[in-house]
Amino acid sequence: MGNTGIASIAAYLPRLRLARKAIADANRWANPALAAQGKGHRTICAHDEDSLTMAVEAGRRCLGDAPEPALEIIQFASTTPPFADRANSVILTEALALPFDLRCADVTGFLGCGVTALIGALENGRPALTVASERRMARIASAQELALGHAAAAVVTGAENPIARFVATHSTAVDFVGHYRSAKAPTDYLLEERWVRDEGDMKIAPPAIETLLRKAGRDAAAIDHVVIAGVGRAAARQIAGKCGFAENRLIDPLDAACGDTGSAHALIMLCHALEQAAPGETILLANVAQGCQTLLFETTDAIADRPDIDTVRDQLDGGVEDLNYLRFLSFNEQIDVDWGIRAERDNRTALSAFNRHRKTATSFIGGRCEACGTRQFPKGRCCVNPDCRRFDTQIDEPFSHKIGRVKSYTEDWLAVSANPPFIYGNVAFDDGGVIMMEFTDCEPGELSVGTPVRFVFRIKEKDPKRNFHRYFWKAAPVGMAKVR
Amino acid sequence: MAEGIRDKVVILGMGCSRFGERWDCSAEDLIAESFQEAVADAGIDRDLIEAAWFGLSMDEQNLGKSALSLSQALRLPNIAATRVENLCATGSEALRGAVYAVAAGAVDIAMALGVEKLKDTGYGGLPERSRGTFNDLWQPGVTAPGSFAQFASAYAARHDLKMDTLKEAMAHISWKSHENGSRNPKAHLRKRISKDAILNAPMIAYPLGLFDCCGVSDGSACAIVTTPDMAKRLGKTGELVSIKSMQLSLSNGSEMSHNDWDGSYAHTTRIAARKAYREAGITDPVRELDLVEVHDCFSITELVTMEDLGLSQPGAGYRDVLNGKFDADGEVASNIDGGLKCFGHPIGASGLRMAYEAYSQLLGRAGDRQLIRPRRALTHNLGGFPNNNVCSISIFGRLDS
Repeated sequence: MGNTGIASIAAYLPRLRLARKAIADANRWANPALAAQGKGHRTICAHDEDSLTMAVEAGRRCLGDAPEPALEIIQFASTTPPFADRANSVILTEALALPFDLRCADVTGFLGCGVTALIGALENGRPALTVASERRMARIASAQELALGHAAAAVVTGAENPIARFVATHSTAVDFVGHYRSAKAPTDYLLEERWVRDEGDMKIAPPAIETLLRKAGRDAAAIDHVVIAGVGRAAARQIAGKCGFAENRLIDPLDAACGDTGSAHALIMLCHALEQAAPGETILLANVAQGCQTLLFETTDAIADRPDIDTVRDQLDGGVEDLNYLRFLSFNEQIDVDWGIRAERDNRTALSAFNRHRKTATSFIGGRCEACGTRQFPKGRCCVNPDCRRFDTQIDEPFSHKIGRVKSYTEDWLAVSANPPFIYGNVAFDDGGVIMMEFTDCEPGELSVGTPVRFVFRIKEKDPKRNFHRYFWKAAPVGMAKVR
Repeated sequence: MAEGIRDKVVILGMGCSRFGERWDCSAEDLIAESFQEAVADAGIDRDLIEAAWFGLSMDEQNLGKSALSLSQALRLPNIAATRVENLCATGSEALRGAVYAVAAGAVDIAMALGVEKLKDTGYGGLPERSRGTFNDLWQPGVTAPGSFAQFASAYAARHDLKMDTLKEAMAHISWKSHENGSRNPKAHLRKRISKDAILNAPMIAYPLGLFDCCGVSDGSACAIVTTPDMAKRLGKTGELVSIKSMQLSLSNGSEMSHNDWDGSYAHTTRIAARKAYREAGITDPVRELDLVEVHDCFSITELVTMEDLGLSQPGAGYRDVLNGKFDADGEVASNIDGGLKCFGHPIGASGLRMAYEAYSQLLGRAGDRQLIRPRRALTHNLGGFPNNNVCSISIFGRLDS
């Protein structure tokens, strides 16, 4: 398979962690059996997050401060893409401010799309960014509502300096319908769990894994880390047993503190595995989704130099506990809250204006005056420095990676917001420039003048009349509050 | 070299409708109400008015983009009429148009009329509007209270104040406005209210509670202006109120995008005040101004405006407020008519309403709230947001002062 492998990998778990007890308690009247699963937390998207915004955050972490200059392929994998026909991978590319001369692809259709996209990138060998991201919704009071999580993972693959070398892959295709979601349905239809495990998982996964091992000429006992995704904790243990993996080689399925994140899950577990792996170790990945997609990697010496920031462990330990089940339902638009007459305003997006200003709105690129050095947002024809005001002197200045500070702020209960109060204010950038912008990932009372902030790509506003929503960047306090 | 407009134009007559939730009235009725009072006060044949400026800020009341609604409502005799719109300075802009036309010698008698009929939107506060095709892509969907509330966080940080202390000063301002408004028969809100009630009101946009915010009202105000000579020829005897200065200053994006401004004051108010004092020949505003009608859309706006107008030292405004410097019996009475807070805020009329109070006070016609022989009055509007706004400042005085 040559030198192709994983150059870098990162996961993004949204900040909010809904306590499963909150779901179980609220639905006790309808389904008291949920109480048995009412332990731990699951990740949830805030009102302004979706699979695309999570993908952008995972992508930024994966690319680091110096994005790969030579990326040729960008893939976005999800069964919950915000747009059905408008390439989410292209929006992702522009949000990451990557050059436009590359190939983008959205991969979807089943929970194996994330791993399948990664396999494609590895087999292709050209420098690629693959992001899998999932924001699935479950029926109210269903067991799935407790089991799911929202998250994303991003992987850069290619031939240059991999932290893990791609050894082998094998996939199988089986139309075993353990669950399905029809094209227009908001949630899944699930079949009986025991049947899925015994007739599905247990019959599908082991042969695929055994074929992979045979192809690679490896023995199960030689595998250091085993990622089994797409099945429950108990099924994973049984599959491992059947294939001859020691139980302590299994990577934690992250069910306690995150939940099942669908097409992203295998990549998040892989990220978790790589964050624990030493050089020269073998990692096997198997994802069960209408068949089984498997991969085998071997870590290189480069893995020792991997920066130890925003690890899956850090993110599992971080986050903010959320006990507000009703708000979660509203974030998912599963209940219709009366936001008042102000919310009736027509919110059409002028896409011709958007097209002119894509760099401003999606890539968060402002201007820097070459005459006086003043950084400013948005970029304009005339420099904003009162002592300069020269025309046509500005060059592109990216703002997304900067640090800013709160200059003034408010918590506005009158403004329309899907997560009141609407918190916004003036942010001054450390190296120049001021923007009045929305704050996110913070609670009322948390901000003060001088609070340092970073910038994240989020849903800005929705236009329910036209099923459109637009994205922009928001300021988030630096360092996720560790409340738990 | 232009010499400004000081004493070139006098007010011949003024009118102001009752402000409030005028469910009984359409905009046309309000226009007629202020116009009839102004014409009666001027004591002239209405057809002597040669040109009109019509202040109307919000399109949401469907009065159209032109001055046709004014011309039709008053059946004006096919004279020139122009609609102006410049956010909360709209009423003052209408007056500026009329005053400049007279000062320029283009006409002898001109009229300014402002109106706003907002209560038909179906909700409190200003109408929800698009911010523009480009701005909608990146600017947050702010409200007026939310944007002005930021004066408070920036002011407290700049002057190292506890928010509780600042809130007390803000509560004093709203308390004073209600005291003043209770003595004004045309005011929207005429109920006195305790500081405790103000401090404990529901939060609108931190740290602004309900009583830190002015309401939105229906109302209209009108001025008829001419030259001093013409006023005498028309038989006006006794005291005349003249315009000493009218200045306007607009943000150019530097507060919004450049690091110069710390957010604790209104940059444009300071510029407009400096120019207005120069035009009016004022060197010591605390001593030379007897009353100010300022844009108290929110209590904190009035507080920072006291500093921006030079009536308080920067950082000392909250103490001056608490010490009663701007109360009805203070050194410089601020918003003696109740201000936007209690007289009300029909956007297009507000600048003219302030002029109406200045005019009434200077002529000793202000009834229960009359100050003792005031000589000069200042009006101030701040439209838009602290970081991007239109500021107008006008100074009025007795012609002989």
